[in-house]
Amino acid sequence: MVENRPYLNFLTHLILIIGAATVVFPVYLAFIASTHGASDFMSGLVPMLPGDQLASNFSQLLNVGNSVAGAPPFALMLANSLLMAILIAVGKIAISIISAFAIVYFRFPLRLVAFWIIFLTLMLPVEVRILPTYKVVADLGMLNSYPGLVIPLIASATATFLFRQFFLTIPEELMEAARVDGAGAMKFFRDILLPLSRTNIAALFIILFIYGWNQYLWPMLITTDPQYYTAVMGIKRLASVLDGDTQWNLVMAGVILATLPPVLVIIVMQRLFVKGLVETEK
Amino acid sequence: MQTKRTIFSNRVLPYVLLAPQLAITLIFFIWPAFQAFRQSFLREDPFGMKTTFVWFSNYTRLFENADYLNALWVTLIFAVSVTALSMSLSLLFAVCVNRVLRSGRFYTTLLVWPYAVAPAAAGLLWWFMFNPSIGILPYGLRYFGYDWNYRLHEGDAMVLIVVASAWKQISYNFLFFVAGLQSVPQSVIEAAAIDGAGPFKRFWTVIFPLLSPTTFFLAVINITYALFDTFPIVDSTTSGGPSQSTNTLVYKVYADGFVGLNLGPSAAQSVVLMLIVVALTVVQFRWIENKVQY
Repeated sequence: MVENRPYLNFLTHLILIIGAATVVFPVYLAFIASTHGASDFMSGLVPMLPGDQLASNFSQLLNVGNSVAGAPPFALMLANSLLMAILIAVGKIAISIISAFAIVYFRFPLRLVAFWIIFLTLMLPVEVRILPTYKVVADLGMLNSYPGLVIPLIASATATFLFRQFFLTIPEELMEAARVDGAGAMKFFRDILLPLSRTNIAALFIILFIYGWNQYLWPMLITTDPQYYTAVMGIKRLASVLDGDTQWNLVMAGVILATLPPVLVIIVMQRLFVKGLVETEK
Repeated sequence: MQTKRTIFSNRVLPYVLLAPQLAITLIFFIWPAFQAFRQSFLREDPFGMKTTFVWFSNYTRLFENADYLNALWVTLIFAVSVTALSMSLSLLFAVCVNRVLRSGRFYTTLLVWPYAVAPAAAGLLWWFMFNPSIGILPYGLRYFGYDWNYRLHEGDAMVLIVVASAWKQISYNFLFFVAGLQSVPQSVIEAAAIDGAGPFKRFWTVIFPLLSPTTFFLAVINITYALFDTFPIVDSTTSGGPSQSTNTLVYKVYADGFVGLNLGPSAAQSVVLMLIVVALTVVQFRWIENKVQY
């Protein structure tokens, strides 16, 4: 700081404390709600302090689900979400890194065309082409299946660009040396490029894992079989019963469970996450 | 376009490496987009027996449709409110965190995690707080004599989705503003201080103008977010109601096409949305080129 102003320092901390409290408050309230029994909401006001039903709410939700809302056990949905998020992150990274390798380290006819086709995916999010994409997936017989949940989402322009930018910064001498030593393209990729990309891959994995975990519209469209429900779309199902019958404790327990894994990932790997976020989006 | 000075000379390998990405892009992105484009010029009778080519009729009807014009207006208000609310709060927090040296990391941790909250979950969190019968905020508002009910009052429903969307986006904006603030040279700030400018004057005349690239970039990103990524928030809270007051463009495409099965008009809406994404992407990449030049 340029100069010391105690009054301004106090104001700074005050703003940050109020800000952080506002940001945390909705989740605090959801957690409180998830520790109460269903009858505690009859009085018309949300309790502000934890109740004693934490274990029973969570175990009911995880193991049994909510029969009123037609939701399967939440443990199944969490497992589906985990599988989907990991497959999407790994898939996106795998196909993007080899695409970037091809674009940077080879010169071949239609290279620019390929680059532009990949670029176009940025302009076509699922939300703007819902119906025709659904139809393609239905025609391929991929409704209600893991490939249907994952494969249509794993093309990635941003990941390809990120790896391309990174490969362009790698010194030419590395490749020349590898060639002098008689390494072929794939050997160079496996033994030199992959190890060098480790940090980028890890940072990207965090961002893409969260992306995959938080998918909502796509799983909602293509799954009608509860066996394939994911957690994020499942909480909507928990909530969408007639309003009088909403089991707030279970809905909020669901929100907490669906939110916890990605939030933990960010908090534990904050530095890598910030690096990944700021670099992917530039 | 750039490649390495020395390259591998293999005729088949690059195509093999590109094949998975290109196959997925063509099958699940380009082909459906083309289908939407084609369908937007067709009209199908309700039983799917007959399809006629109707030129731009789907589009002209769209822009004569009061519901669609309403959705355009709703989306505009929504996107501008989310962007303004979220960015101003994030900038305030970022400036504060940049001032405190030791506890900065602690506050950062408290502020960044909503990035990981799914939009659908964010919607439900605020839906719970704003619920007219048991929510805590309507309870507080009743003391001030305001009868809060997002199911009946159009303004209340809009406030609900704006607040939920802005809450979720604060962490993202915050991180980029912090990165932007850290790249402002300390010498410039010290020079202004020596010339007698106080902290507020320094912010508005020196720091804020130097942040303008970040601000512009974030404005584009936030508008894109508000237009396309907030579908789960609308779907999990208001479902477009009451009386279409929160029916955004993306939600309407879903409601008309997937629920209402209105193929031609829904495809025309998709094409309009694609044009909006294209425009936003072009603006965003212009910004990156400008940034690279200096």
